[in-house]
Amino acid sequence: MLSIKNLHASIEGNEILRGINLEVKAGEVHAIMGPNGSGKSTLASVLAGREEYEVTEGEVTFKGKDLLDLAPEDRAREGVFLAFQYPVEIPGVSSTNFLRTAVNQVREYRGLESLDAVKFLTLMKEKMKLVEIDQKLLSRSLNEGFSGGEKKRNEIFQMAMLEPTLSILDETDSGLDIDALRIVSNGVNQLKSGKNATIVVTHYQRLLDYIVPDFVHVLYKGRIVKSGTKELALELEEKGYDWIKDEIDSAATV
Amino acid sequence: MSKDNSILEELTSKEYEHGWSVNFEADEAPIGLNEDIIRWISTKKEEPQWLLEWRLKAFRTWLTMTEPEWANVTYPKIDLQALRYYSAPKQVKKAKNLDEVDPELIAIYERLGISLNEQKRLQGIAVDAVLDSVSVATTFRGTLSKLGIIFCSFSEAVKEHPELVKKYLGSVVPMTDNYYAALNSAVFSDGSFCYIPKGVRCPMELSTYFRINAANTGQFERTLIVADEESYVSYLEGCTAPSRDENQLHAAVVEIHAASHAEVKYSTVQNWFPGDKDGKGGIYNFVTKRGICAGDYSKISWTQVETGSAVTWKYPSCILKGDHSIGEFYSVAVTNNYQQADTGTKMIHIGKNTKSRIVSKGISAGKSQNSYRGQVQVMKRADNARNFSQCDSLLMGDRCGAHTFPYIDINNSSAKVEHEATTSKIGEDQIFYCNQRGIATEDAVALIVNGYAKEVLNQLPMEFAVEAQKLLALTLEGSVG
Ligand SMILES: Nc1ncnc2c1ncn2[C@@H]1O[C@H](COP(=O)(O)OP(=O)(O)O)[C@@H](O)[C@H]1O
Ligand SMILES: [Mg+2]
Repeated sequence: MLSIKNLHASIEGNEILRGINLEVKAGEVHAIMGPNGSGKSTLASVLAGREEYEVTEGEVTFKGKDLLDLAPEDRAREGVFLAFQYPVEIPGVSSTNFLRTAVNQVREYRGLESLDAVKFLTLMKEKMKLVEIDQKLLSRSLNEGFSGGEKKRNEIFQMAMLEPTLSILDETDSGLDIDALRIVSNGVNQLKSGKNATIVVTHYQRLLDYIVPDFVHVLYKGRIVKSGTKELALELEEKGYDWIKDEIDSAATV
Repeated sequence: MSKDNSILEELTSKEYEHGWSVNFEADEAPIGLNEDIIRWISTKKEEPQWLLEWRLKAFRTWLTMTEPEWANVTYPKIDLQALRYYSAPKQVKKAKNLDEVDPELIAIYERLGISLNEQKRLQGIAVDAVLDSVSVATTFRGTLSKLGIIFCSFSEAVKEHPELVKKYLGSVVPMTDNYYAALNSAVFSDGSFCYIPKGVRCPMELSTYFRINAANTGQFERTLIVADEESYVSYLEGCTAPSRDENQLHAAVVEIHAASHAEVKYSTVQNWFPGDKDGKGGIYNFVTKRGICAGDYSKISWTQVETGSAVTWKYPSCILKGDHSIGEFYSVAVTNNYQQADTGTKMIHIGKNTKSRIVSKGISAGKSQNSYRGQVQVMKRADNARNFSQCDSLLMGDRCGAHTFPYIDINNSSAKVEHEATTSKIGEDQIFYCNQRGIATEDAVALIVNGYAKEVLNQLPMEFAVEAQKLLALTLEGSVG
């Protein structure tokens, strides 16, 4: 589904991603871990098409298409979803109104007829249950004055509404208490199928108890320096990142 | 970046939708401005002597005045002698009903999306249509007159209700108030008149559509709204003009009188031709709008959505004379390309326990300049006056400007005046967030801007709010890249 080959990207002349390789197949869950500043959010942004980042080398194909050639909105319409680490606020625009615009633009692109108000609300009601989100929250301005947990929950709710094929969750667990974490993970798990895939970005092992990954990758200084299964996450939890840093940094100085 | 530039190019070159003009025979005054022209207009309109005297007095005062230069706008001086001060479609006699109106004229309004007949009737909006200098049709007259409501063109009011016109004309905006108001008083040709009798709630929106059609013609209309005790009316004003290379002058005067416990809501969606994307042509919109809350517990509320005009100079104001009276001003002013807007309000607290509220939302894009200018004045005897002002500016791109000029003048220590101001840029982050959900950039901008202006748009009557939302999006198309 997603194939990343030797991806290099920089911002303002600083190279942040330095040759990322990653294959994600339908039905899989990949976890990307790594210390702060290693480039996890950058990778997510580059995949979503944020223009500040310049891709200097490499290629990304998504469902056989050249992802890097698509405008951000077309990537979304093709099925790429990014749950933001820091969701923005849009004053005066309710989540409901926002999502209705989004859902209908995505549907139009996919050749589906747009949903009228009644059908849209029915769909919303159904998806609201998944993340136990309150109607009241959705009639408020998008993310404005939402608590950290409410923002993250709203991201997953949007994901449920847009039915993406590839979801990238950027630190969706940070700022969540244990109950919220359970609810959000539950939502994500229910949305999982053999047809879609998930990339979970986190630096805590904790989330992976709820969303169980098939593969775990460690990102450090813009490269995937180690890949493994769930056991790798446990090992990281126990030993921290230092042993990996040491390994890589000493190899680099040799 | 180059992709964005081409989108920007494509969209900003989108033409002004109402830019067409129609050739039909017009009855015109000679070009130029002098006492003879004023007499010519007054004769043409079969006016009584007192009104001619009134015009001439205004003209003589105007001659001694100079054009105001304090506004934050620059434009080449207008040669007022090169303008024509009266232009009417040949069919001068005002039609008694729509069947008598020249189909050509009806067609003009149909093209503007203003149906003067059945459709509006069903929607329950009474319309007075003003083309160039004269009112061409007023709909829904019968229903209104049963309630004692007078809604007609200004010229008709002069003939049929001279006592009302004489009493209120110039009572809120004196003929000598300012340069443009004096000019208007001298040469105004038509406009709308509205009177709501005591205790009557006007059951439908009253509306005037203005259109400048003829070239080299100034439009100087005059609107007078009188709401008697305990009455209510909601009034809408819309306007468009053809795209012409030369600038056209629009200098209107609107006066509102609210007696005790009366409420008047006045909404404008101003969409005069703004000039092309290089700043050529466009309307100079120099308008004086003022209302007086003359009686206790009266209320006047101005709502404006300003998207058009090359240069706008406009300060709808409230004189809060009655005790417990309320003045409100809700404004969205959008400027794009080379547009300049200097707009705001004046709230003058005279009565006790008077309240005013100002919500101004400026949106600047392209190379435009957008200024808010507001004055809150609390007079000596205005005990417990309250004002709240919120002035927000939204910038799109880095070649435009937003400016805020609040003036506060308080002469009573019990007054409470609050002023809040913010300036923000439309965020790349917000747009990217929308994009990431599948929303195209143009639609993202429309969504964000409408959200930003929501508090003001909410004040508009339903049909107008939808129109205004579309207009905002249209005005700003291509302004983010
Ligand atoms: N606008 C920017 N200019 C320069 N460096 C940046 C910019 N944005 C992010 N970076 C740098 O890129 C690196 C990776 O950041 P990020 O992808 O957010 O890391 P992570 O999500 O793994 O914590 C960090 O060193 C950060 O400082
Ligand atoms: Mg991050």
